[in-house]
Amino acid sequence: MDAALGQAPASRNDSRESGRPLAIEARGLVKRFDGTLAVDGVDLSVPEGAIYGILGPNGAGKTTTLRMLLGIIDPDSGTRRVLGHERPRDIARLIGYLPEERGLYPAMKAYEAIAFMGALRGLPLKLGRQRGRELLENHGLGYAADRQIRQLSKGMAQQVQLLGTLVHEPRLVVLDEPFSGLDAINQGKLERLIRSLAEKGTTVIFSTHVIAHAERLCEGVAIIAGGRVPYAGSVDAARDRIPAQVRLETRHRDGPWRAALPPATRAEGNFWNFPLPDSGVEPLLRALIEGDAGILSLSIERAGLHDAFVAIAGEAAARALEEESPAEDRR
Amino acid sequence: MNGVVPKSRLPLWRAAMVIARRDFTAILFSRVFFFFLLGPLFPILVGALAGGIGNALEESSGQPEIGIAMSSADVDAMLDAHRTLKPVLAYNLPEMRVLERLGPGETYDARAFLERREGNVAGVITGTLAAPELTATAARLDWLRGDVAMLSATALGKAPVTFPTVTTREVATSGASDKHARLRTAQAGQTLLFLLIMLLAGMVLSNLVEEKANKVIEILAAAIPMDAVFLGKLFAMLGVSLVGVAVWGTVIGSLVGIADMGGAFSDVFDPSQLPVPGVGWPMFFLLGVAYFSMGYLLLGSIFLAIGSMATTVREVQTMSMPVTMAQVLLFFFASFAMAHPGEPIEMAAIAFPLSSPFAMLARAAQGPALWPHVVALVWQALWVAVAIRIGAGLFRTRVMKSGPQPVKRKRRPWRRAAGAVAEGTASPV
Repeated sequence: MDAALGQAPASRNDSRESGRPLAIEARGLVKRFDGTLAVDGVDLSVPEGAIYGILGPNGAGKTTTLRMLLGIIDPDSGTRRVLGHERPRDIARLIGYLPEERGLYPAMKAYEAIAFMGALRGLPLKLGRQRGRELLENHGLGYAADRQIRQLSKGMAQQVQLLGTLVHEPRLVVLDEPFSGLDAINQGKLERLIRSLAEKGTTVIFSTHVIAHAERLCEGVAIIAGGRVPYAGSVDAARDRIPAQVRLETRHRDGPWRAALPPATRAEGNFWNFPLPDSGVEPLLRALIEGDAGILSLSIERAGLHDAFVAIAGEAAARALEEESPAEDRR
Repeated sequence: MNGVVPKSRLPLWRAAMVIARRDFTAILFSRVFFFFLLGPLFPILVGALAGGIGNALEESSGQPEIGIAMSSADVDAMLDAHRTLKPVLAYNLPEMRVLERLGPGETYDARAFLERREGNVAGVITGTLAAPELTATAARLDWLRGDVAMLSATALGKAPVTFPTVTTREVATSGASDKHARLRTAQAGQTLLFLLIMLLAGMVLSNLVEEKANKVIEILAAAIPMDAVFLGKLFAMLGVSLVGVAVWGTVIGSLVGIADMGGAFSDVFDPSQLPVPGVGWPMFFLLGVAYFSMGYLLLGSIFLAIGSMATTVREVQTMSMPVTMAQVLLFFFASFAMAHPGEPIEMAAIAFPLSSPFAMLARAAQGPALWPHVVALVWQALWVAVAIRIGAGLFRTRVMKSGPQPVKRKRRPWRRAAGAVAEGTASPV
């Protein structure tokens, strides 16, 4: 795992350095709408070729942040550099963007829609049409190439739009909530597509409110809540913020050995849960054996991104996140 | 900086072309274009409505005069008769204009005067009180003959018992008939311009609203400058309108051509009898296209700006209604102003950007000078640029927002003070 992810103020972000060039670098982005603070000082550093997630509940400021990074709206203050340019529009041909609110012209044919999106990014229309057909074919939608968008299912239209985002072979792909509205099979296909893009060196940044997607795909994440970014860095570093959890099962419920358990221990029947002590598990094991606790099982589990999210963004934000995620999203 | 790549974006005009091409083809193959083609039928309806106002204008401001060129004594007698008759007649007796007081043995060439098309003189009275002669166009002769007879009889003191015989001389044209015909050309041009502009502006508005409803607008905003989106949409619609004009031109031209071969329309419509506009037909058409483009671009820009601020069709309708009403008033304002050439009201209509195209087209119909059109087109182009800029700016600031609209609360002074303390910008006393 690259440690460069998430260069940001050391007070709240993982600030380990690496030599990889940055595809996106944002410092102190602030945006207000009619006096309401939507984004409050967002810092981000996304290395080239990385898969990077922006994680947060709805209304946290994810979309506004992405729009600022793309130059759709300008920040009230702060700076941004995308592929080295302060004005993202200067390199619009190198960027692919899938907005959260999907949109295509209903009367357009699928391959035409892809070509049109490519034309907006400078791809000649003829080439766009050719690539449109190829992309649809390669993704199992060749039969729908000549169908109008209005004749496609929502999921198919969404895939067409995604292909339109990629048709001009961008160096940076920005996806706003790309998994929403997709069934489990198509979510899996999208995950594979994102990985294959990164393997080719394309930087992929996507927003999501589903922790599982970010955990499976991302090298780095920015956790965003209430317009602020309490954490931006690698997924590993986020998980490392919380000590590993020890789960111990004993035959006896009580005895002098209990004094050896850390104060934060929670009991669940014959199970004892507590954070891994700084001194490690060996001194504890020794005390348990000497105190005849009767150890039945012991496991040490590394914290997941969800636990990290709870620790970083707070219980309320985590609850909001879970409420927004349908069961199949959290699979 | 690591990862720097050269600039890579579509130039404005190419980006606008991408949008224009898409919109152009989409509209051309849609039902909307069919309705657009039906659009020219509406002028019959609105033309009838506007005609009422036009006639009123014509009566109040375009009233022709009767020229008089007789001996000094006869002129004075005729003027006295006019003063006597005018207040007692139920209809509006044309004003009299003294063209010349003739000395003994002098004659006046009324035909030459009328053919010079000077002023607004419909006919010229010469001869004597006992044997007046009236020179005018055929259409005016019948209308003025009675007035001249009555004036002469009154001047002789013989009315209402006997009336002298009025000798008539017909001329092909006169200043008044020319002005009248040109006024009609101006009115027709203005009406057509207005209707086309309103129709197109409405279409461009619904096109944008549809785009917002389809959520395509964010894809466009992310890829190309908003100015390009605006320009592309505006020019696509302009292209559509030109196709529509070409279709109608071809249809009407073909029908007239076919019918003309059999002589069916020769009594009803003879193109050679159409009143020639002040600047001539080719320039009038050219200026018509230019003013149509400017007027459409101005109103289209305003409508696009409105469309950018609205989120639903209902909102768009609510917001565009005042602009539509204002535009109708401006059209009537320009129609009224055209009957007062050179007066402050015409200058105001020319100076105000939204009425300027209408007022200037009327001027093209009425006068031959070309330089005012150059100035007016530059002035209008400037406003088009301003309108597009503001429209694009409004779009960028108003549309690309996410999340719920904030609830606006009136901040009380004590709350503001408390807020400042909380933010650390003020200290509690």
